[in-house]
Amino acid sequence: MNFKLFIYNSTFNMIPLEHFLFVAAALFTLGVVIVITKRNVIVVLMGIELILNAANINLVAFSQYDSALMRGNMFALFVIVIAAAEAAVALAIILQVYHYFKTANIDEINELKG
Amino acid sequence: MSFTAYIFYFFAFMTIVSAIFILTTRNVLYAAFALLGTFLGVSALYVFAGADFLAMAQIMIYIGGVLILILFGIMLTNRIAEHQYLVSSSRNSFFAVTGGVTLFGVLIIAILKANFTSLLWIQEAQKKASVNSTMEKIGENLMTDFVFPFEVAAVILMAALMGAAFIASQVVKK
Repeated sequence: MNFKLFIYNSTFNMIPLEHFLFVAAALFTLGVVIVITKRNVIVVLMGIELILNAANINLVAFSQYDSALMRGNMFALFVIVIAAAEAAVALAIILQVYHYFKTANIDEINELKG
Repeated sequence: MSFTAYIFYFFAFMTIVSAIFILTTRNVLYAAFALLGTFLGVSALYVFAGADFLAMAQIMIYIGGVLILILFGIMLTNRIAEHQYLVSSSRNSFFAVTGGVTLFGVLIIAILKANFTSLLWIQEAQKKASVNSTMEKIGENLMTDFVFPFEVAAVILMAALMGAAFIASQVVKK
């Protein structure tokens, strides 16, 4: 099957915009619940990645109707860049906090001044 | 419903089930592997939304970069020999699930009530319906309209990498 035809069919005839938004809403909610409930710092970071991905799905889903300017795609691209930078810095901080407190549990990391 | 629609719902299902698994599992390493399923599913959804470049970027940056980084983080911050350190227990479960279900309900109702297909610019796009590869357009955009955010992103990436290397190389004593 022609790839262009595949995208054309799937985009404009079969999959409604709302279904992308439903998946994104579910992913966003799960990310928020993970950030609230989990105790391990790294799993909280995973929840933040899920939230960013949900926002990206929304941007890309609307961007398919904006093929002239494609602003949603550009925004999603910059979100991915910032997410990568955020993950690198966050993991460096987590490593230092782990060396200091000897734990990755958020509830036990409860003082700022050493 | 056609075959491609089934593929879409399969990937949507995979995305959400992997995310639910991250929420329910207590093992941090299993959560990281489930994150692989979520990222792959999101990348497939990008393909269905006609964003081929972003789908590839998602696979290369998230699965090839962020996920590996997270796996390294898990290996370095959990004592593998004593297995109980891999466990991530939960707190506030009741309030979080109640709030999450409420939030999800509000979002679904908002999406259903918004009726996006009645928007003028979406209807016009549906009439024209010409989808090409996004790669050429993204390249043009990065060098014309978005050249300032592009340069700022470059500076931010360099600052973040230098900052991460600097923070990780500090020696902290208790």
